[in-house]
Amino acid sequence: MEWAVALLIGVLFACGVYCLLRRSIVRLVIGVLLISQGANLLVFLSGGLTLGQPPMVAQGAKAPVAPFADPLPQAMVLTALVIGLGLIAFLLTLVFRAHEAVGSDDINNFDSTEQAHGAEGPKP
Amino acid sequence: MNPYAILLPLMLPIIGAVLLLIFTRSAWMQRIGGLLFSALCCFASLYLVWVVDQLGYIVLQSGGWAAPFGISLVADRFSAIMVAVSSFMGFGVAWYAVGEIDEGRLRRYFFPLYLLLLFGVNGAFLTGDLFNLYVWFEVMLIASFILMAAGGRRGELEGALKYVSLNLLASVFFLIGAGMVYGITGTLNMADISAKVSAAPDAAGILPAAMLLFVAFSVKAALFPFFFWLPSSYHTPLPAVSAIFAGLLTKVGVYALFRFHTLLFVSLFSHFQLLLIVLSVLTMVTGVLGAASHFQMRRILSFHIISQIGYMTVALALMTPLALAAGIFYLVHHIIVKTNLFLISGVVLKIKGSDDLARVGGLSKSAPWLALLFFIPAFSLGGIPPLSGFWAKFGVVKAGLAGGHWWVVTFALLVGVLTLFSMTKIWAEAFWKSQPDTSGVADEADEAGEPAPGSTAAALRWMVPPIVVMATATVMIGLLGEPLFNYTERAAAQLLDAPGYRAAVLPAVDPAPVVPALEPQALKGGN
Repeated sequence: MEWAVALLIGVLFACGVYCLLRRSIVRLVIGVLLISQGANLLVFLSGGLTLGQPPMVAQGAKAPVAPFADPLPQAMVLTALVIGLGLIAFLLTLVFRAHEAVGSDDINNFDSTEQAHGAEGPKP
Repeated sequence: MNPYAILLPLMLPIIGAVLLLIFTRSAWMQRIGGLLFSALCCFASLYLVWVVDQLGYIVLQSGGWAAPFGISLVADRFSAIMVAVSSFMGFGVAWYAVGEIDEGRLRRYFFPLYLLLLFGVNGAFLTGDLFNLYVWFEVMLIASFILMAAGGRRGELEGALKYVSLNLLASVFFLIGAGMVYGITGTLNMADISAKVSAAPDAAGILPAAMLLFVAFSVKAALFPFFFWLPSSYHTPLPAVSAIFAGLLTKVGVYALFRFHTLLFVSLFSHFQLLLIVLSVLTMVTGVLGAASHFQMRRILSFHIISQIGYMTVALALMTPLALAAGIFYLVHHIIVKTNLFLISGVVLKIKGSDDLARVGGLSKSAPWLALLFFIPAFSLGGIPPLSGFWAKFGVVKAGLAGGHWWVVTFALLVGVLTLFSMTKIWAEAFWKSQPDTSGVADEADEAGEPAPGSTAAALRWMVPPIVVMATATVMIGLLGEPLFNYTERAAAQLLDAPGYRAAVLPAVDPAPVVPALEPQALKGGN
């Protein structure tokens, strides 16, 4: 099963990078979203996939029987997902406000902070 | 001698942030609370330094879980001094912000976010767990994102967009790296990772995982090919915000790189040494050249952050006791000086309504005290004796010569000269030349809101004292730097002693009858 998830991660990364390389800031958000989901899946996969073996301790036993799913990557993914949700929500708001302020979706127009004299510098 | 001292620099800011979220109506309450809690945090961190220097290490296993299973909080001398300097800056900038930030912004959660930022920074310095470090980075980043974008002007939003997107990508790299490291070593505790990687440095996939983490930390630290988010965003927000960013955020990245090379992947260091030296030199050079080509005070200073980061990482790359001590000394010096320079640029902005060098001038006549205050950190940054920057650079150069890296030292000295050139440019333009005629330029009003003269004077009464304190600190470190340098030498000795760190964090190697349920990777062995 690992190969299928690995393939999915690859597709997510590829789509994400493609979106990031576009000039639209909305695609930038989508790109970040896809890549971070790919990363979450990768972390999930890092413990290896174990089917149908929850890490439960049987009654009276001290430890679960050896082949069991690793719960720690799942906890990590859960944390990363929550963080990612907040960040994406913030990024969406930011993109919306930036679009309002700049009046364009094209990243090439977001250059007022790159000029030698800045956005508020002397205009030609 | 209370080992729980390690909790204070974390609990005070978060308690303050939560309390201030309750009292958002009153701007005065926000000011008092922000000052009070950042001051308490500052004193608590100084206490932490004192305790850590006596004990060597403070290790707190949260929840009482033994080391590789729970999250460890670890303070060694390096962490402690970083926490102390950051909290000192946190207090100073809060003091400054009381004068600078207007009431509307104060009610829009400035101080809660600010304290949250300090919480994240201190947490990143004190954690002993790789995934927890990721979480602290995120705490710090989300607070910094909002602080940067909250003003809502076009420049801020544009800068924030670049800052946020590149930092989010770096976080993704970090997450992937942490996941891969867990997949390979089966642990997230930094000391345990260090032990496992040292035991099997050739494990499949460890180098790519390390590389991902290296890239993630390098983005945060603004090393050479990864720094582009910094100069396009740091000059956009309020000066108080950019000052605390300039002082602390990239240094957290540098701190992570120090831990990366001296603890996590200490056994892989030979793979990274040359790369790190080359990147550091390129960082120094590109940073200082970028600074030379700009005409806005805060933008020049932003580029100087980058070039100075190169000195710290080159000290790390040399990896001798003297070099690491110099690197830590450099970090301390740089945080104070750089924050101070940004605060001064904020004062210039407040007085003149702009910090573009083409439009300000005559400050040496109209505000000679400010000229003196600028002079101290600027020359310290350039490395003029007897200020703190001289000893920092001297240490790095001496360590470089001792290691026989002549070309590195040549570049370091050359960059020092160019740094001085930029500082004299600011000096000559903002302070020396007479005020240029800017009556033809009409777009001043949205820059600083054109405050009434009376309110400027009132604001300066709050804004100037922290600058004086920081400038005094720079001079004192320069003149009486020996205790600090001795401390950094002790800290460097600890950094070079990765087994000592492991022994302090991990329990003694007895086959403890801990239920191995949480470590199935160990059961799987080396697959």
